[in-house]
Amino acid sequence: MAAVASMMPMFGQQISSKNDMVPDWLGQEVSTGTTIMAVEYDGGVVIGADSRTTTGAYIANRVTDKLTPIHDRIFCCRSGSAADTQAIADVVAYQLGFHSIELDEPPLVETAANLFRASCYRYREELTAGILVAGWDRRKGGQVYSVPIGGMMVRQPVSVGGSGSSYIYGFMDSNYKPGMSKEQCLEITATALSLAMERDGSSGGVIRQASISEDGVERRVILGNQLPKFSTH
Amino acid sequence: MALSNVNETPAAGFNFDNAARNAALQGLFDAGQAPKPLKTGTTIAGIVFKDGVVLGADTRATSSEVVADKMCAKIHYISPNIYCCGAGTAADTEKTTDILSSNLTIFSLNSGRNPRVVMAVNILQDMLYRYHGQIGASLILGGVDCTGNHLYTVGPYGSVNKVPYLAMGSGDLAALGILEDGFRADLELEKAKELVRASIHAGIMSDLGSGNNIDICVITRQGVDYIRPYQVSQYKDNRKIRYKYPAGTTPVLTEKVVPLKLEVVQETVQQMDTV
Repeated sequence: MAAVASMMPMFGQQISSKNDMVPDWLGQEVSTGTTIMAVEYDGGVVIGADSRTTTGAYIANRVTDKLTPIHDRIFCCRSGSAADTQAIADVVAYQLGFHSIELDEPPLVETAANLFRASCYRYREELTAGILVAGWDRRKGGQVYSVPIGGMMVRQPVSVGGSGSSYIYGFMDSNYKPGMSKEQCLEITATALSLAMERDGSSGGVIRQASISEDGVERRVILGNQLPKFSTH
Repeated sequence: MALSNVNETPAAGFNFDNAARNAALQGLFDAGQAPKPLKTGTTIAGIVFKDGVVLGADTRATSSEVVADKMCAKIHYISPNIYCCGAGTAADTEKTTDILSSNLTIFSLNSGRNPRVVMAVNILQDMLYRYHGQIGASLILGGVDCTGNHLYTVGPYGSVNKVPYLAMGSGDLAALGILEDGFRADLELEKAKELVRASIHAGIMSDLGSGNNIDICVITRQGVDYIRPYQVSQYKDNRKIRYKYPAGTTPVLTEKVVPLKLEVVQETVQQMDTV
């Protein structure tokens, strides 16, 4: 992706126009408009996401997998433009794989996060991508790095992202305690995502979770009728 | 492995030449709107069934409110085991699928095998992302390869979704309703074809931009069955008068014949060397 971002006028939506028989939402860019989160625990990380991809008001994919593997023990959670995040994840997976082969060693999560940051910051004007990088490596164990829109990178013990994250900052601030076990992390992730999906129109579907540790990756899906329920509904 | 491309490897980064051209053209037509591209205004659908993939499409191509083509082919050949339905701007879907098909043919000749569906998807995704949405092509790719039966959708901005059933185009809401209701995993062939037919039919009935006949394409390990048309529209026009005029309808008043005299100026014969 050695692009020279020279001229950058935004041409807007040229695919649909006003008096067309094609409905307006079809011209809009596909957005993951999402809720994602990642939590560190001693020995690994737990990541979770909803499964809704929207084009305007239409749900283009109700069973999306937003937890994308970058390497054996490193995943990223994608939010923002579906095309941008898929492209960036592809590029970083390639760069990281190459780097890992050169080193003849599993790569560090911090390296992966830096690669994401490099792309997201350099092309910040053209991209809409909010990414959580999470994984396990031998040096620092489970780590979560947040690379939001704009290309900042910061390590956090717990991080939420996407349009639905606004609704669960309060929940996370009051319910997260450092030193939780893997099961507690899975539970708090499921609860938080369920709350966000209830309130945010752009999040919904099923909850996908994964836990990453030295032993490997375990994936889980919580279907719509199995979501945690709350008193308001 | 470097992929042999029919066209040269494109320069790195985004190429906005055509967007600049469009902006310049917009200036020329400042009195009104620039001429609109032909859009297919379509219903396309695809499902994965027990033995393969079924793709379906309507056959109407519209130019604003006029039907430009009543028997448009929206299911494009990509390779012997992969077909692609296209919605969006007709020229973009045609050209994109043509380019993809050429490149995959070269790959097949080089490697001696049929391409995998995921390869076609990756090439499409790269190309559409590079053009940043300027190519208005929403594609449904379906095919069967050694790893199984696959159905993907690629959006105009380059986003890819892999799903067991899909509908795209302006009639997709109606079609998706039928698919959501009727889809089961591992359907039999006849039920699968009927489900796709019903979903395209729903799109045709509920959307002005879709209509006329229904094409179905069934891809399995054994081969491809491209049924065009699978269902013919029951609304056929009955022309009341004939438009063929018999000779003599227009009276001939005078006739003048002028022979053209041609002289042979020079004649050369060159023998080809044959072994």
